[in-house]
Amino acid sequence: MSAPATIVDVRGVDVELGGRRILTDVNFSVRSGDFTGLIGSNGAGKTTLLRLMLGLVQPTQGEVVWPSHAREQRRVGYVPQKVALDVDVPLRVRDFVALGDDGHRYGLRRRTPDTWRRVHDVLDAVEASDLAERRIGALSGGELQRVLMAHALVSAPELLLLDEPLANLDPGATEDIVSLLARVREREHVAILLSAHDINSLLGVMDRVVYIANAHVASGPTDEVVRPDVLSKLYGHHVDVVRVHGRFLVVTGTTSQEPVAEHPDLVVE
Amino acid sequence: MHWLFEPGIWSNAAVRTGAGVGVVVATVSALVGLFTVMRSQSFAGHALADVATAGGAGAGLFGFSPLAGFVIGSLLGAGAMEAIGVERVRQRDVATGVVLGGATGLAALFLYLITLSSSSAGSTQSILFGSLFTVSNSSFGVIAVVAAAVCLALAALGRPLLFVSVSPDAARARGVAVRRVALAYTLLMAVTVGLSAIVIGSVLSTALLIGPPAAALRLGRGLWTTLALAVALGVGAVGFGVVASYDSYYWWPSHRALPVSFCVVALVVLELVLVNVVVRTTRRRDAGARV
Amino acid sequence: MFSSFMTNAWIVGTVVALLAGATGFFVVLRGSSFAAHAIPNGAFAGAAGAALVGVTPLVGLITFAVMASVGIGASRRHRSDVATAMALVMMLALGAAFLSLSAAYEPQVEALLFGEILGVATTSIAPVVIIASLCAAALAVMYRPLLFNAAAPDLAAVRGLNPQRLEMGFMLTLALGAALTVPVVGALLTFSLTVGPPAAARLVTRRPGSALVASMVLSVITLWASIAASYQSNLPVGFFVGSLSALAYVAARVLTQWRGRRV
Repeated sequence: MSAPATIVDVRGVDVELGGRRILTDVNFSVRSGDFTGLIGSNGAGKTTLLRLMLGLVQPTQGEVVWPSHAREQRRVGYVPQKVALDVDVPLRVRDFVALGDDGHRYGLRRRTPDTWRRVHDVLDAVEASDLAERRIGALSGGELQRVLMAHALVSAPELLLLDEPLANLDPGATEDIVSLLARVREREHVAILLSAHDINSLLGVMDRVVYIANAHVASGPTDEVVRPDVLSKLYGHHVDVVRVHGRFLVVTGTTSQEPVAEHPDLVVE
Repeated sequence: MHWLFEPGIWSNAAVRTGAGVGVVVATVSALVGLFTVMRSQSFAGHALADVATAGGAGAGLFGFSPLAGFVIGSLLGAGAMEAIGVERVRQRDVATGVVLGGATGLAALFLYLITLSSSSAGSTQSILFGSLFTVSNSSFGVIAVVAAAVCLALAALGRPLLFVSVSPDAARARGVAVRRVALAYTLLMAVTVGLSAIVIGSVLSTALLIGPPAAALRLGRGLWTTLALAVALGVGAVGFGVVASYDSYYWWPSHRALPVSFCVVALVVLELVLVNVVVRTTRRRDAGARV
Repeated sequence: MFSSFMTNAWIVGTVVALLAGATGFFVVLRGSSFAAHAIPNGAFAGAAGAALVGVTPLVGLITFAVMASVGIGASRRHRSDVATAMALVMMLALGAAFLSLSAAYEPQVEALLFGEILGVATTSIAPVVIIASLCAAALAVMYRPLLFNAAAPDLAAVRGLNPQRLEMGFMLTLALGAALTVPVVGALLTFSLTVGPPAAARLVTRRPGSALVASMVLSVITLWASIAASYQSNLPVGFFVGSLSALAYVAARVLTQWRGRRV
């Protein structure tokens, strides 16, 4: 059996935003069919890394390579953590999902029955068929998340990127989404990379981990990365990894803090 | 200094009053406008000036005091916008647009009825574009008092307003009544705009409300420096605008002076463009130095 | 009311209302009401400038409307309302300067602002229809990107949709429509039709296509009712268009609240 093809290769990437170093010398790759967890605390640079892979952030050094395609043809779906939706926008769920297929194309090509079949197919894959006729602005947070997944899947991507899909979920819901993603991976033959700040809920399904701390990244199979020596090097000081009842507990000694949101124009004295 | 101040400019009483009123209105507009820009309420700020104009036209028709007409019209407009809903940016946009559209209809009606009842030529133009040079000395006092009241109210509202404008979620978490602060500010903005629309016209009112604060926000670091910069830029534009308008009488052989509103607006826009260029080039140089 | 001298008003009014309903659907969707207000006012200044220089008004209308739309469209997303406000006041101030330098008659100014739909000349029908069709074609081409970008700008950008290019295309369409409608129906009337009926239409349906059609139909009904009322009462058309447009929105709001849920 030949080795799975590489979908995307992140090579020696540095990212600076507003003069601040966000990521340093990041190297990892995603192969077809992989389920990768991008793990790090809040503000560690996970979203920046995802946006880098999407081409929305430019690296100051290094490159992101999609070996099998030109950048314009890369097939990647993206599920953001939050999306600002206008509650009054006149769109049904199925209209919105269909826009994932043709919304970026100018002109009025007619949607064929095949398009609609595909729309209902992906809604079925994320177990949201009953939402098809609802107004997009009237969905709950959890419903919207599934619809965003369907929206990302409708163009048959090779890789699905999800930004913190497990944030703000109770343990039961977390379990549901993780197992749903595992089923989606099988059914749609799509590699999955998702960011999360807790590693444990992903242990059952995750093949590889990209661990991010202090603007640096360590990647590889879970057991090779989540170890005291690797993580201590990453954090720059001693870190303990404790395994309790099959769960990881990473003890870093310092508390991480989310940067306070600042107004772009004004520093309050 | 003769190249700048044409002979006799300060002996003209209309120019003196005009300049005085201009400075007062520019100051209060800059202070209030800083929050308008930060809160992305420029459209509402402009629309209220047009709504105030409709109120002023109504007052003219029914024989009320124009100042009351402008301010009450503007306050009613602000209330209507808030009633329609202002939670999200796009809803705010629609609310403002609907109120502006409706008020425009009323303005059309009032102006039509005024032209029927009297032959006051030039009323439309002076209501829309205003003229600093026609402000009477007696209204100066009223304007100064209202402006001072607005400044005091803004100072009282200042801290929660800044908090709500910078970070609404954090403010809500700390128990600030976000909706109420926003409503209070919108009403304050309505009074300011109503006041400035009557003395300087709706066009200039918007220019002074938005332009100087936007430029100051690009330059300033702290709140106080930004406020001071906004006031300085606003007052500067009005001062030089009045002088330029007066001087322009001598620029053409036809002796047609440029309107004050044009001169002030041109200066405000010029300030904003210059500030943007300066900030952009220095930022680029900084970025280059770092690499 | 349907006499021959009114025929032109009915024809041109219907075309303008259809266009305003269609552009308005996207204006409301994208939150571009301020630009939709500013661009016709810029066109008004252009007409004044053309009178001063002595060229045909259409040149001035198009030049200034396009200048305003480029100024607005080129601004970065952050603080685009400031750019719009500045473009608007600059255009209006230029208009004031042109008027004072050329000493135009007051009635002409009022006609440009409030419109004279009852006095539309037969010769202006063809240009109105042609430019309206051009705008409609442009909107059709941009239909899905506009919808996508309005619903979820981040996701649209991920799919490679250039938001600046789209915004510029939309603004130029607005400018073209404004340059055409301002001399016919006035800067202020177009704006009322562009916001009220579309904002009402999107509340009563959840299907994008139906909302677009409803918006156009509502806009036409508003204008027809206004022309009829204006004819009967001898009051300005602008008054009826403004108040009926606002009323349409308020009615739709009351209706949806009363039904207790959105469709």
